[in-house]
Amino acid sequence: MPGRPPGEQQAPSPGAGGPPPVVPSWRRRLRPYVLAVPALAITIGILYPFVLGAYYAFIDYSAVNPNPTFVGLDNFKEVLSSSVFWESVKTTLIYAVSATVLETVLGLGIALLLYRASFTGRIFERVLILPLMIAPVIAGVIWGLMYNPQFGVLNYMFGLGDFDWLSRSNALWSCVLVDIWIFTPFVAILVLAGLRSLPREPFEASSVDGANWFYMFRRLMLPMMWPYILVAVIFRFMDSLKVFDQVFVLTAGGPGNETRTLQIGAYQDSIINLNYSRGATYMFLLWILVFVTARWLVSVLGKAQRRAAGAEE
Amino acid sequence: MATELMPGQKRFTPGAIGADVVLVLWFVFSLFPILWMLLLSLKTPAEQTTTYFRFSPTLENYGIVLSDEGTQLTSVNYPSAILSSIVNCGGAVIVSLLIGIPAAYAAGRYRFRGSNDLMFTILSFRFAPELMVIVPLFVIYNQLGLFDTRVGMIWVFQLVTMPLVVWILRSYFEDLPEDLEQAALLDGYTRRRAFVMVALPLVRPGIAAAALLAFIFAWNNYIFPLILAGSDNATVTVAISRFLGGGGQAFYNLTAAAALIGALPPLILALTIQRYLVRGLSFGAVKA
Repeated sequence: MPGRPPGEQQAPSPGAGGPPPVVPSWRRRLRPYVLAVPALAITIGILYPFVLGAYYAFIDYSAVNPNPTFVGLDNFKEVLSSSVFWESVKTTLIYAVSATVLETVLGLGIALLLYRASFTGRIFERVLILPLMIAPVIAGVIWGLMYNPQFGVLNYMFGLGDFDWLSRSNALWSCVLVDIWIFTPFVAILVLAGLRSLPREPFEASSVDGANWFYMFRRLMLPMMWPYILVAVIFRFMDSLKVFDQVFVLTAGGPGNETRTLQIGAYQDSIINLNYSRGATYMFLLWILVFVTARWLVSVLGKAQRRAAGAEE
Repeated sequence: MATELMPGQKRFTPGAIGADVVLVLWFVFSLFPILWMLLLSLKTPAEQTTTYFRFSPTLENYGIVLSDEGTQLTSVNYPSAILSSIVNCGGAVIVSLLIGIPAAYAAGRYRFRGSNDLMFTILSFRFAPELMVIVPLFVIYNQLGLFDTRVGMIWVFQLVTMPLVVWILRSYFEDLPEDLEQAALLDGYTRRRAFVMVALPLVRPGIAAAALLAFIFAWNNYIFPLILAGSDNATVTVAISRFLGGGGQAFYNLTAAAALIGALPPLILALTIQRYLVRGLSFGAVKA
């Protein structure tokens, strides 16, 4: 960043045609590193606790055991053999897969409709993003009040009596519904941006050839849209795997362990029960899950991008 | 941003009207919870659980939430939470901009060893499970005395703001033709001056969008202040969630008022940068 305001410098005025300043090549090669050093420092400041967190998974650290020792894979053996952990994995996967799939389908539909829409499109685009910009916690609070069996407005409007939205069998799906409310617009605006960037020519050509709308959608639009859809899917799936906020305020992981996703489980273990190592083991395993899935999805994205580039030609 | 038509498609056909009907349904679903919050926030304590749509509206809940009266009633200090959110999120964004802009420029303009590693490490903060960092930070902060401090919050919010700023701005710097800076150099500008006078003004929309989006996401964050902040630095999100659990008594109308106040800044900011939202939300991956 500049050391002093540029105005104070007695630099040659533009157009004066002075020779460019001679900078030694070693300085030129060093320049990007100098620019990146502060970011590197911050990165290390964040990487340090991250690595420490990974290390916690291999020691027996808790509030009652402040002098931990290295225990190798014992934490993993314990966690991987506990049924509570596997319930959390199942809950997390059900949540992440169903939320991502439903949001992608709905978001794609809404984007196509907005793209087609005649007179409502422009107003609705502004309204569309509102739930997305509200904090997920606030969304959770709002929906929690609407879900209330005694005075909640949903049971009143739909005449559901004292239907319990957050009961054992309903809680997970009620949380998914809130996720859909918040994040479907995310998929929709990404896909809509993609739709707007599509080249017109292939559609005009196949329209001249007499192709119907469905054929054009399947054979032209979808292949070209895949990269946009996949970017949305990657973001949504990665984020839902570590979901916390809205589920935590709605149910805190309950009733029982019905909505205890991996990150809520880690919160209960490490922050409430102060068993840091167990929470860290959960997070280490979740991190591996996120990492592997991300690698796979990004390679799928790469393939889709190459195919889409081919389809445009 | 005119709505475009697929080839062969006509305006005001049954299909287009059907599309509008489905869209209207989605927007009722989308807006109703927000509208419901508004109604709830206008109710008196007596009406909050006994009425649905017919009641005598009052603005007094907003006054209570924003004053000492609310703190005494609910033991949640909402004005202090708003101040914490502004200071901590604003501070985090400023730090991210000061540090992130040079790094984004370096990554967008130069090819240098380790550049991609650095960029992807920063991006991985966005996707890492938060608690993996929070649990050790919880221990470290308690040792260093950073628990519930502004410095501690601004540090941890870098996880939210830094990836956004660096990745969004890199995509903007990459799009900037290098010729412009070269021309400035030929005119006798120093490299630094060329950056400040030529490159920086041209990516100003990108900087504004990245900064506001980073602020929104820091503002909306819950898990970091929930665990790493106590009463001094509890942010808006944490405060709102505490209205519900306060002292056995139900303050749903106050909760609703607080929720609306807390939701307002991100909504307003988002509408001002809507043009850049897609690019920002996708970290520069989708250039709309």
